[in-house]
Amino acid sequence: MAENPSLTKNPGLDSWIAITADGTVRVRMGKVDIGQKISSAVSRLAAEELDVAPARIVMIRPDTIDGPDEGMTSGSNSMEESGNAVRLASATARAALLAKAASVLRVDIDELDIDDGTITARSTNASTTYWDLQGDQPFGIPIDHAARIKPAEERTLVGKATTPLDLEDIVTGRHVFVNDMTMDGMVHARPVRPPHANARLESLDEAVLAKLADDGFTVVRDGSFLAIASADEFAVIKAARVLFNAASWTREPGLDNRDIFEQLTTNERMSMPVIDGVPVLDTPVPPPLEVPAGAKASHAARYERAYIMHGSIGPSAGLAVSRDDGLEIWTHSQGIYLLRTSLAELLELPPETLRIHHRPGSGCYGHNGADDAAVDAAFVARAMPGVPVLLKWTREDEHAWEPYSPAMVMELSGAIDADGAITAWSHESHSDTHVLRPRPGVAGLGPSRLMPARYLENPPAVIPPPPNMTHHGGIHRNLEPLYRIPEPRLVKHLVRNLPHRTSALRTLGAYANVYALESFLDELAAAAGEDAVELRLRHMDDPRARACIEAVASRIGPLDGAPDGYGRGLGFAQYKNAKAYAAVAVELTVDETDRVRLKRAVIAGDAGQIVDPNGFTAQLEGGFIQAASWTILEAVTHDPDGITSRDWESYPIIGFDNISEIETILLDQPDAPFLGAGEAVCGPTGAAIANAVARATGVRPRRLPLTPENLRAAALSA
Amino acid sequence: MPTLNLQVNGRPHRVDAESDTPLLHVLRNQIGLTGAKLGCGLEQCGACAVLVDGESRLSCVAAASDFEGKDIVTVEGLAQDGALNKVQRAFIAETAAQCGYCTPGMVIAVTGLFQRGPSPSDADVQEALAGHLCRCGSHARILAAIDRLRREG
Ligand code: FES
Ligand code: FES
Repeated sequence: MAENPSLTKNPGLDSWIAITADGTVRVRMGKVDIGQKISSAVSRLAAEELDVAPARIVMIRPDTIDGPDEGMTSGSNSMEESGNAVRLASATARAALLAKAASVLRVDIDELDIDDGTITARSTNASTTYWDLQGDQPFGIPIDHAARIKPAEERTLVGKATTPLDLEDIVTGRHVFVNDMTMDGMVHARPVRPPHANARLESLDEAVLAKLADDGFTVVRDGSFLAIASADEFAVIKAARVLFNAASWTREPGLDNRDIFEQLTTNERMSMPVIDGVPVLDTPVPPPLEVPAGAKASHAARYERAYIMHGSIGPSAGLAVSRDDGLEIWTHSQGIYLLRTSLAELLELPPETLRIHHRPGSGCYGHNGADDAAVDAAFVARAMPGVPVLLKWTREDEHAWEPYSPAMVMELSGAIDADGAITAWSHESHSDTHVLRPRPGVAGLGPSRLMPARYLENPPAVIPPPPNMTHHGGIHRNLEPLYRIPEPRLVKHLVRNLPHRTSALRTLGAYANVYALESFLDELAAAAGEDAVELRLRHMDDPRARACIEAVASRIGPLDGAPDGYGRGLGFAQYKNAKAYAAVAVELTVDETDRVRLKRAVIAGDAGQIVDPNGFTAQLEGGFIQAASWTILEAVTHDPDGITSRDWESYPIIGFDNISEIETILLDQPDAPFLGAGEAVCGPTGAAIANAVARATGVRPRRLPLTPENLRAAALSA
Repeated sequence: MPTLNLQVNGRPHRVDAESDTPLLHVLRNQIGLTGAKLGCGLEQCGACAVLVDGESRLSCVAAASDFEGKDIVTVEGLAQDGALNKVQRAFIAETAAQCGYCTPGMVIAVTGLFQRGPSPSDADVQEALAGHLCRCGSHARILAAIDRLRREG
C-alpha cells in the first residue's frame, strides 16, 4: 500500500488510541466529520480490530493541542488515511495488550481469547481486561505497520449496516454546531463586508459610531475590515445594517462583468499539457487535433459550467477568545492545522499560542467560509480581550463571500474509425484555481488566503496561485479519460484575472470534466451512429468500471427506449481514475416551462471494501442530489456592483419537488482496499442528466446549469 | 424592554425581548434551546421551524411577541420522558440526516405533517416540505422516513 501521510506524521500509537481505566477506548483522528460520517465508520474499524463493543469507542473531536495532525479533510482521503491509520493503530494496540495479558496470565498468546476487552486464557479460565492492563497508561510504542488486520471472514462489525454515532443527538436538537455554542460573558458578532470584493472602506460616519458605542456595541475596524459585537444577537444583526449604511466605500474597479466564458478562453493564462494525469510545465501545448485518415466520424464541442457555491445551510461561524497566553478558537474548518499556521503567521504569534478546536458545522463539501469566519472571530476577539466572541456570517455573507467553485470551459474533439474505435481525442479545460486553502507556503501565502486578512490596513500581498501539479489535481481532475483511447491530447489552462475568489468544492474540476467528457462520448457515439453504452464498454478494460456501467444500464433500460416525452442518460467515472467508481443513469423529462424534472435514478458505486453500507448509500444519494442541483439550477451571478445571487431565491438549490426515486447498487470488493466514496458520483450525475436532457429534447445542452434560459438558448442555437 | 410570556415545550417562560425580536432568537439565546437553527433569517430554508399549536411554523422572522398564548414546541420538546417521537425514530431508522443542520426543521415539519393524520398524500408531503432546504442531499432518506411512517400508520 502507498505511504499513508497520516501515519508518517503521527507514528506513535498514543497519538491515536488511549485505553481508559473506566472501560472505554478513546480514538483520536485529525480528520473532521463533515457530515460524511467518517467518525462512525472509523469507530467501527477500531471496535472491529480491538474486539470491543462499538459502544466502548469514544471518538475524540480533533484539536491542535494533542491530536494527530492529518492535514486536510478533503479529496475523499479520509477513509484511506484516518481509516487505515486507526485500523493499524487498533491492531497494534490489540497485539500489545495480548502480549501483556500473556505475561500477566502466564500463558501463550495463542491461548488467549478476547471478548469486549476481556482477555481470557482458554486453559486456565483466568482473565484480565484492557482496562486493568492499560487503563489511563500510554502505550509508548510506535504503530506497527505489519500488525495483523482481520481478514474479511473474521470481521463481525465492518461491512454491516450501522446507525451513525450522532444521529440521535441530531434529531433531538442536542447536537451542538459552532453556531450553537455559548459561553459565560459571550458576545455575538457579525462582519460588515464591503459591497463587493474590490470595494474598500473610505470613511465611517462618526456620529453613527458614537451612537453605536453609547448603545453598548463594540465596532472593530482595521483598514476595510469591519465588524460589530454585543451581547444581544438580534441587536447586532440590526446594528450591522446601520454600520454598513454609515460607511462610504470606494467601489472602483467594479467586478468584471464581461461574459465569463469569454474571459475563460481569452484572459492571460498558464497552459500546459497533461500527461498520465499530471501537468507538465515548460512543455509546449501539442498542436490541435487533426482528424486521422480513415475516420468514420469526427466531432468537436465546447461545454461550459458557471461558478457555483458550497451553499452550506448553516452560515459559517467561529468562536474565539483572546487571553494573555494566546488565542483559543472553535471552528468548523476542515484544516485546523493549516488555519493555525496561517493565522499565527498573519498575527505574528507563535503557533502554539493558538489553540484550535474542531466543532461541527453545517455540511461544507470543501473549503467554504469556515476558516474565514474563524479569522473574523479572532480579529474581533483580539479587540475584546477576555471576552468570548461568537461571530456568524449572515445568509447574505455566506452567498456573497464564500470562495466559489470556478466557472469552467471544456473544449473537446475526437474521431472514431470504421470499426467503432476512438482514434483521436482532445480535451482542454479552462478554469481558475480550485484550491485556495490557507496552506502555508512562501511568506504571506497562507495569510493572503484568509479572506478577512485581505481587507486589513496592512494586508498580505495576494500571490496568484501556482498551478496544481499533482496527479488529477484541480482543473485537470478527471481530465484524463479512463477509457482506452490512444494518446489523448489533454491541456490544462489556469486562467488569470477572473472576477471571483475560488477554492475547493467537492470534486474540484472533476465534476465539470466528467460532465463534458461523458457528454462528448454520447455526441461522438451519435455522430458515428454507435450505441452510447456499447461505445463506452468497448473502450473500457477495467472490470470494476464495466460492472458499474453495466449495472446502471441494465436497470434504467435502453437509453433510446424511454417512454414518450422522457429521456434517459448515463454517465460514468472513476474518481481521479484511482478512487471509487460510480455510474449514474437517469430518466427525466423537460416540462412545458423548460424545467428539468427528474423521474428515476440508478446509481452503482464501487468503493472497494464496504465498511458501512448505510454510510456508502447515503454518500451516493447525497452526492447525486447535490450534483443534480448544481446541474439543473446553480449559477453564481454578479454585476459590476457585486454578487447578485445573495440568498436562496437568487441562488436556488434543489428541493423536495424534484427528488426522484433513487436506486443504489453497491458493488462490494471485500478484499480490496477501501476508497473514499463521497465524490465519485457527482461528475457522472451531471453527465447523466445532460445526456438525458439531450435525448428528451433532441437538443444537446452544453452550458450548465440546465435552466430554462440556458435550454432555450441551446435550442435556438442548435 | 417588554416582558413576554411564552409557553415552550410545556413550560412557561418569562423573557424580556424587544418587540421585533424574532422568536428564533428568543428560543436560542434567552431560553437556551438551540435545536431550531438559524439558516437564513429570511424564511427561505426551513432550518428554524418549530411547532406552534401543532403546526410547523418558521421562527426566524416573526416576532416572539406574536407567539404569546400559543403552545410552542421545539425539536428538544418532541421526545417524551426520554422516548423519541415516532418521526425521530423513523429519521434514525432511515439515516435521514447527514450534517444535521437542516434536520431539526425537517423533523418538526414531518411531525406537524403526521399530527394532521397518519397517511398524508404525496401532495401533503410536498406542501409540508416545500421551503425546507438540505444541502447534503438527505432528501431521499427523509422521504423514506415518511414512507416508513405511513406504513406504520
Ligand atoms: S432560518 Fe428561518 S427559514 Fe431559514
Ligand atoms: S443534512 Fe446537512 S443540510 Fe441537511
